[in-house]
Amino acid sequence: MLLSVKNLSVGIGTLTLLESVSFDLAKGEIMGLVGESGSGKSLTALALTGLLPLIGGRVTAGSLEFDGTDLATLPKRKLRALRGRRIAFITQNPMTALDPVQRIGPQVDFVSRTHLGLDRKEARARTIELLTQLRIPQADTICSAYPHQLSGGMKQRIVIAMALAGNPDLIVADEPTTALDVTVQAQIIHLLTRLVRERGLALVLITHDMGVVAQACDKVAVLYAGRLAEQKPVHALFASPQHPYSAALIDCIPREGMAPGSLTGIPGNVASATAYPAGCRFHPRCPRAGAGCDTKVPVQRGLSDAGTVACHYPLNGALDV
Amino acid sequence: MSEPLVKIQSLSKRFDTPGGFLKKPRSMLAVRDVSLSIARGDIVGVVGESGCGKSTLARLVLRLIEPTKGAVCFEGADLTQLSRRDLRKMRQRMAMVFQDPYSSLDPRYRVADALAEPFVVQGARVPEGRIAELLEKVGLPNSMAQSYPHQLSGGQRQRVGIARALALNPDFIVLDEPTASLDVSIQAQIVSLIQQLQRDLDLTYLFISHDLGLVRYFCNRIVVMYLGAVVEELPDPNAAPRHPYTRALMASTFAPDPDTRQEATELTGEIPSGFDLPRGCAFAGRCPNVTAKCRETVPVLSRGPHPVACFHPIQG
Amino acid sequence: MGVVALKLSDTTLGRVMCRPKGVIAGTWLILVVFVAVFAPYLTPYEYDIQDLPNAFRAPDAAHWLGTDEFGRDMLTRIMYGARTSLSVSTIAIGISVFCGMCLGAASGYFGGRFDRAVTAVIDLTWSFPEILVALILVAIIGPGVTGAMVAIGVAYLALFTRLTRSQIMAIKSETFVEASRSLGASHGHILMRHLLPNTLAPVIVAAMLATGDAIILEATLGFFGLGAQPPTPSWGGLMSSGTAQMFKAPWIIIIPGVAVAVTVFAINLFGDALIHALDVRARVRES
Repeated sequence: MLLSVKNLSVGIGTLTLLESVSFDLAKGEIMGLVGESGSGKSLTALALTGLLPLIGGRVTAGSLEFDGTDLATLPKRKLRALRGRRIAFITQNPMTALDPVQRIGPQVDFVSRTHLGLDRKEARARTIELLTQLRIPQADTICSAYPHQLSGGMKQRIVIAMALAGNPDLIVADEPTTALDVTVQAQIIHLLTRLVRERGLALVLITHDMGVVAQACDKVAVLYAGRLAEQKPVHALFASPQHPYSAALIDCIPREGMAPGSLTGIPGNVASATAYPAGCRFHPRCPRAGAGCDTKVPVQRGLSDAGTVACHYPLNGALDV
Repeated sequence: MSEPLVKIQSLSKRFDTPGGFLKKPRSMLAVRDVSLSIARGDIVGVVGESGCGKSTLARLVLRLIEPTKGAVCFEGADLTQLSRRDLRKMRQRMAMVFQDPYSSLDPRYRVADALAEPFVVQGARVPEGRIAELLEKVGLPNSMAQSYPHQLSGGQRQRVGIARALALNPDFIVLDEPTASLDVSIQAQIVSLIQQLQRDLDLTYLFISHDLGLVRYFCNRIVVMYLGAVVEELPDPNAAPRHPYTRALMASTFAPDPDTRQEATELTGEIPSGFDLPRGCAFAGRCPNVTAKCRETVPVLSRGPHPVACFHPIQG
Repeated sequence: MGVVALKLSDTTLGRVMCRPKGVIAGTWLILVVFVAVFAPYLTPYEYDIQDLPNAFRAPDAAHWLGTDEFGRDMLTRIMYGARTSLSVSTIAIGISVFCGMCLGAASGYFGGRFDRAVTAVIDLTWSFPEILVALILVAIIGPGVTGAMVAIGVAYLALFTRLTRSQIMAIKSETFVEASRSLGASHGHILMRHLLPNTLAPVIVAAMLATGDAIILEATLGFFGLGAQPPTPSWGGLMSSGTAQMFKAPWIIIIPGVAVAVTVFAINLFGDALIHALDVRARVRES
């Protein structure tokens, strides 16, 4: 396993915002991390890239094993050497991810010069090659442009190029297409997944969009209110979701030929970190909630289709205890 | 066919940016010659990506901004010609729900005050029990009347926004991306609420969205816009697209089904800026079926049951 | 309607007083205001009766803060001085807040030629030091309490016009203003019910802080002999009369100086606490 997250908990101040999340990721795999606001998906991204201190957070328990080393206990200096080189991060908003007063070329060059020790010329050649692979026309002209001269989709490609420049093994992408138009979003997702597959990288794709998950990922972890609800290979999740939350989330997306009125959403509001309900945090919104849901925290149980679910009353039976 | 409730006639809006020192003044046609008629009880969806003019259209229809050209008739009365006083009276019949529930409520107004504002503005008294009735209609507890917006979640705020739109019993509501800034589970709740209200109160909607999947689920007629102009009008949500842009938009919607994966998109490139439009068809630069004619002449919207503005429409 | 329980932490003043600096500064300010209002009943002596044999007495049991060159009790004169200083500065700032909000709101909301004219004039006054503007105006109106009030009021007009204008321009583009317009709201309704109430918080804070500056400006004018005319005491006038005897009787200049400094410091502290208490976003974060 390239990445193995075990019982990861993350806290800010006295609040525990992510509780006991575990998942594994092998090379060449794309893993989707889905959930709504406050589910802890962005915190997971920050934990994976060692950027939690930026928001005043810290890993309070568990381990993040990346290729044999535990990122949670790694000294800052070593973490910095790893970040950008072996673990790359693609942020949500391409509009603010680039330095507005620096030309594109040097910004991308910087990564390969810092991490791969290339000289100016080699780095530029690599940059142009990367931009061309990302289907950016006239890559050499783009190198001398400033970020404000480029469109949103183009900027996100540059950010992806920067992520790839250090030749990473793992890319963490936090909602990489949310800020983009739909037709551009489709292009970027296809491009990103193709590159990851071709190069045998691992990708953690954080999104709130079940459609993106279905189209791009190999496996999925569904988070709700800081806890892992269910994780599974993508086909199994869509064919037979077992956590009522996963099922409801899939049903929130309008499909072709859906009868009017069949889209109902999930009642209630997303749980707030300052007032998590006791027991299973989803129970106030859950149609299957029964005895024990409001008191006992459900544990992760193994499933026959290589996944786990944390629910007292899962759908579709087939528990493999 | 009876008289449409709302009739939009070749509506255009030009935005001018004034020139300055060493800067040439520029102008942009945000909405170009849009005509549309909306029958009572219709749910018309307007889809398009950023810069297609859909939000400008929404504001033009309610005359929140003045059109450069064209007319909007509401039951035969041209809104663009009404005096200020008549327009205010007319506003009782139409309302708007805004995209961002965080900034569309005054932070200093309690929910009850926000719901009373439509009456205050019209110089009327709030009927007894109306606030409670409105809250109930949108599924909020009566106790919320005394809350401030910052105490509410995004979904609850959007419900307040909807209740406000319903306050004066309008016939026509323009919904400008009412769910775009909400979580998916909440988005579905809101859509289902809007749908149920439409049936219960016999409302007519103009629904603006960037999400074709949602519009196809929700609307019974769909207008596709690209760079300010209507490129296609789908007479029913399941009609096969005839314009290459509509088809591309459909292909870009990710189906929540891992078994039908698309591996590539046919569209390349991005939307050009509205300031320097190409001479011919605005879509020519990205269209897979482009010919020399497309680059020279602007296609007009055809007539008939399934209008499309394309020289080489896709044959069904 | 149920009974609304008023919690201390729900009111702005309550939140200000929850902070130690708010309490300390607030207490001092209340004390100064109290003294200023009730000076005739509190003072042990008359402020204008000369008692030459007792001139230049250092602070002692009979005269807690000593006496000045005419033997008048300094404590009495400081207390009456607070009257002049506070009333001149608050009335002056009141004038400039009111006029500034009207001007700023009109130019920010309607824009166009009026806005350009207002901005040009404001930018012009902004480029002079306040003291210079005030001096020019006193020269025109003539020295005295009224002259000082008008001069200080006009000197700070630019600040409040600018502040209100920029706030109005920012809030004008918020969706809730458009939402109100979509209901058919008139300009008056939007200005009075949405825009001005939302600009109030920063204006109040700025007014608080400007009052501190105005006290200093009033003292400066008084020091130059352009404020309240003798025998009416003002803090600046007291300091001015103390300069001649700075080495012989230093308390005459030091004590009013300390009064100005402590009061202005208290006003700034209170303004600081007010910034935190009025910040709507901070309130959202806490809840």
